[in-house]
Amino acid sequence: MSAIRRQPVPDVGAGEVKALEPLLFELARAGRNGHHVRHEPHDDLIPREYRRTTPLRLPELTEPQVVRHYTHLAQLNYSVDTGMYPLGSCTMKYNPKVNDRTAALFADLHPRQSYRTTQGVLALAYELERMLAKITGMDFVTLQPAAGAQSELTALLMFKAYHAKRGEAAQRRRIIVPDSAHGTNPASAAMCGYEVTTVKSDPRGNVDLTALRAALGPDVAGFMLTNPNTLGLFEERVREVCDAVHAAGGLVYGDGANMNALLGVARPGDLGFDCVHINVHKTFSTPHGAGGPGAGPLCVKAHLRPFLPKPWIVREADGSYHYDTAREDRPPDPVGDSIGSIKQRLGNFGVLARAYTYLKTLGDEGLAETGRDAVLAANYLLALLRDRYDVAYDRTPMHEFVLSAAKQKKQGSSALDISKALLDEGFHSPTVYFPLIVSEALMIEPTETETKETLDAFAAALIRIAERIERDPASVHEAPTKTPLRRLDEVGAARRPVLRYRPTLNERGVRGR
Amino acid sequence: MLARIGVKSVDDLFAAIPKDARDPKLGIGPGMSEMEVQAHLESLARMDRDASSGPFFIGGPIQRRYIPAALPVLALRGEFLTAYTPYQPEVSQGTLQAVFEYQSLMAELLAMDVVNSSMYDGASATAEAALMAVRLTGRKRVVVAEGVDFTFRRTLKTYARGAELDIVEVPAGELAQHAGGAACLMVQHPDAFGTLVDVRRIADAAHAAGALCVQVTEPHACALLEPPGALGADIVVGEGQPLGIPMSYGGPHLGIFACREAFVRQMPGRIAGQTVDADGTRGFVNTLQTREQHIRREKATSNICTNEALAAIHAAIYLALLGPEGLRSAARAGVSRAHALAKRLGALRGCRIANDGPFFDRFTVRSEIGGWDLRLALLDRGIQVEATASHYVEGERRGRDDVIVQCTELTSESDADALVDAVAEITGSRQAVAAR
Repeated sequence: MSAIRRQPVPDVGAGEVKALEPLLFELARAGRNGHHVRHEPHDDLIPREYRRTTPLRLPELTEPQVVRHYTHLAQLNYSVDTGMYPLGSCTMKYNPKVNDRTAALFADLHPRQSYRTTQGVLALAYELERMLAKITGMDFVTLQPAAGAQSELTALLMFKAYHAKRGEAAQRRRIIVPDSAHGTNPASAAMCGYEVTTVKSDPRGNVDLTALRAALGPDVAGFMLTNPNTLGLFEERVREVCDAVHAAGGLVYGDGANMNALLGVARPGDLGFDCVHINVHKTFSTPHGAGGPGAGPLCVKAHLRPFLPKPWIVREADGSYHYDTAREDRPPDPVGDSIGSIKQRLGNFGVLARAYTYLKTLGDEGLAETGRDAVLAANYLLALLRDRYDVAYDRTPMHEFVLSAAKQKKQGSSALDISKALLDEGFHSPTVYFPLIVSEALMIEPTETETKETLDAFAAALIRIAERIERDPASVHEAPTKTPLRRLDEVGAARRPVLRYRPTLNERGVRGR
Repeated sequence: MLARIGVKSVDDLFAAIPKDARDPKLGIGPGMSEMEVQAHLESLARMDRDASSGPFFIGGPIQRRYIPAALPVLALRGEFLTAYTPYQPEVSQGTLQAVFEYQSLMAELLAMDVVNSSMYDGASATAEAALMAVRLTGRKRVVVAEGVDFTFRRTLKTYARGAELDIVEVPAGELAQHAGGAACLMVQHPDAFGTLVDVRRIADAAHAAGALCVQVTEPHACALLEPPGALGADIVVGEGQPLGIPMSYGGPHLGIFACREAFVRQMPGRIAGQTVDADGTRGFVNTLQTREQHIRREKATSNICTNEALAAIHAAIYLALLGPEGLRSAARAGVSRAHALAKRLGALRGCRIANDGPFFDRFTVRSEIGGWDLRLALLDRGIQVEATASHYVEGERRGRDDVIVQCTELTSESDADALVDAVAEITGSRQAVAAR
């Protein structure tokens, strides 16, 4: 990874800067052009008053320059293809390459094509919906949400519509989340116009049932629960939790971020949840793409079906498919109780086609092994590490576990230091400082796709770091030193934001007023 | 491994799960080898008709455009494809610099101060722009032009149910008179039907009333038309798919989101920023994170976490490969082909171009048989166009019954000939064709 040498880059107008790789703008010279599309010189079909007069200062580069630039940049990245990526709650499992190839079969299709020309897409999507319903123990599925957070918003909009249908929308203004919840949960609730109440966890890492019961009431619209939770622990009284929410007239949302642990092992639909989303970019192996894309199908029980986003896929007796709202031989149907549409038609279909490929590859048996192997890997790794690091909640974890570097903090090094020292050991870091209820948290999720040798090597690296800290805690403060860059000044970045390249320091770009 | 853990079997690890819920029968079927799964997916794909398999004029925010060969080779490298969000910047400089460059390129194209690292798509970007305008102004009324793409308006209305916004839809020409008390006026230029819109007038009206101007735009159009930042837009959103991203039946795509510098702390989504490392070497990090859900929870500017970073990297590589002249050429090709085609179709008896004014690279055709039926008749002849009638659902004002014809640099002469001949035949205007 550190094959790239730091080199001085001439910066237009700002002297020289030390950089790993020049910016596109710094590589450019006027007059360089590729020949990717035929040259068209004239603008005369556009009325003069609409034409661009603002200079278009995009860089001019040769294709070899562009290829080398992005190859260099790629080499600066750590990825699943590079090595183990044990980010807790992110399920960075290996992304099978066949999935990318099959998804490309659907690249040249426009979402506004007729159902008549996209029967393959609809057949795939319809079967995927049925598979997801079976895996989660739910009845119906929408494939529209582009990511987990958009799925949360979709579900909460449906909760709102459900309560409205019962004449209770005005009264039910609150969503409850546990203190271990992902930040997206309260953020989605707020976007949906709800007030957010946080309930604490009990000493075993479960939702505190007494606190939950105290928070419930006729003003509660629903409760959002991740299971296994962000401590990697299965909610031991999950049915009592769901029953309590239902008894108060609320609905239970399942955040499926940690669904990998339950694959073939248990189904949210059998545990009392009204709905659950799936992060297919976690659980079903679709690549994260350096931050996205993902897809967040939402699986719901029958009582929530009327509120699902439109359109829905309809399968006819003859095995053909169409949409319920956009069949060509008649005008669009009424939307009814549906919340409308969150993303057009089938959402991030290119991602969903990968997930479908993954599920077809695994089948029933493969899926059951996935959940079991993921939990086995996490428990094995924990067994290797528990003597050297504090364990936040000492129970059998599921697919991930949370260590606390509290002991190391007392010795003079933090979870941050440990995460950076791991980079020097050639591993990506775990999730750190989350969940918020564990001090100096190191949240580790190995996934089922790492070999025992890799798990051993990762544990050995963490143990070496613990030993270094015992001997000389200051020695990790400088880490990382073997990565392309050393620690970055994040405070400075936020205090004096530089959010884009400017040709010269004093030019502020074109402003309309 | 079990011995090290101290259990007898893997089953022992699942004791916390209620017994009656354990090990459900899923019934999704047996697994397949890679070879079998590839063949199965190919058999499904054969049931679809690819856009490139015949004359294709469907467009709007999602467009069939030429993707340079080098683009997927670079963007789909495993180091980009299989990385996570750059939480550890020391080993994520590839992602962070590529995203910073995307922000810079897009800011140049739009002539805006700040661009975020991506939203899910143009539709969610539009909805988030409305929410941002509401936060900035403290007003809850959002006035939207009917020329904003229907999928964007649908998503906006869905989001608006949550935040309980008042969405008012009016023709673009009437936007200005609804500025009083509005959080923002939202206008698309060029609009969903390809028509050019006087954004300056709308922005001026918005600003005079203390409202913001949100412009929905298209990246290729910005290369030829005066860009949103020069027209007075405060927030700019759009669909970035035409910048080298496959159509993939609707996603994954790229939500473009830009704003003026003064508003950046109310912006949704991740933003990459420049900084230095401990040795003083230039580097990049995700910055201004106190806006985001993982820090601010219910007080965050948005719930977005996973975004479309890989699509942003696609767009940046596209712009780097084409350069300003290549981008202008691709855009001009769409414009010139659309105008040539409109001239021919407009000359057919019983057909006319139905745009309200000058258009860009798509236009609407009105015929005596109506757009809905014309579209179906064309489909029977293997020609794919979109009908305006599919742009309306219950609760929306029922509009015109035309077809929309989108052109890009991939629209060929023979595609154009096929469309003109077919429309002539369907509408019974054979004579006019013979006379051309």
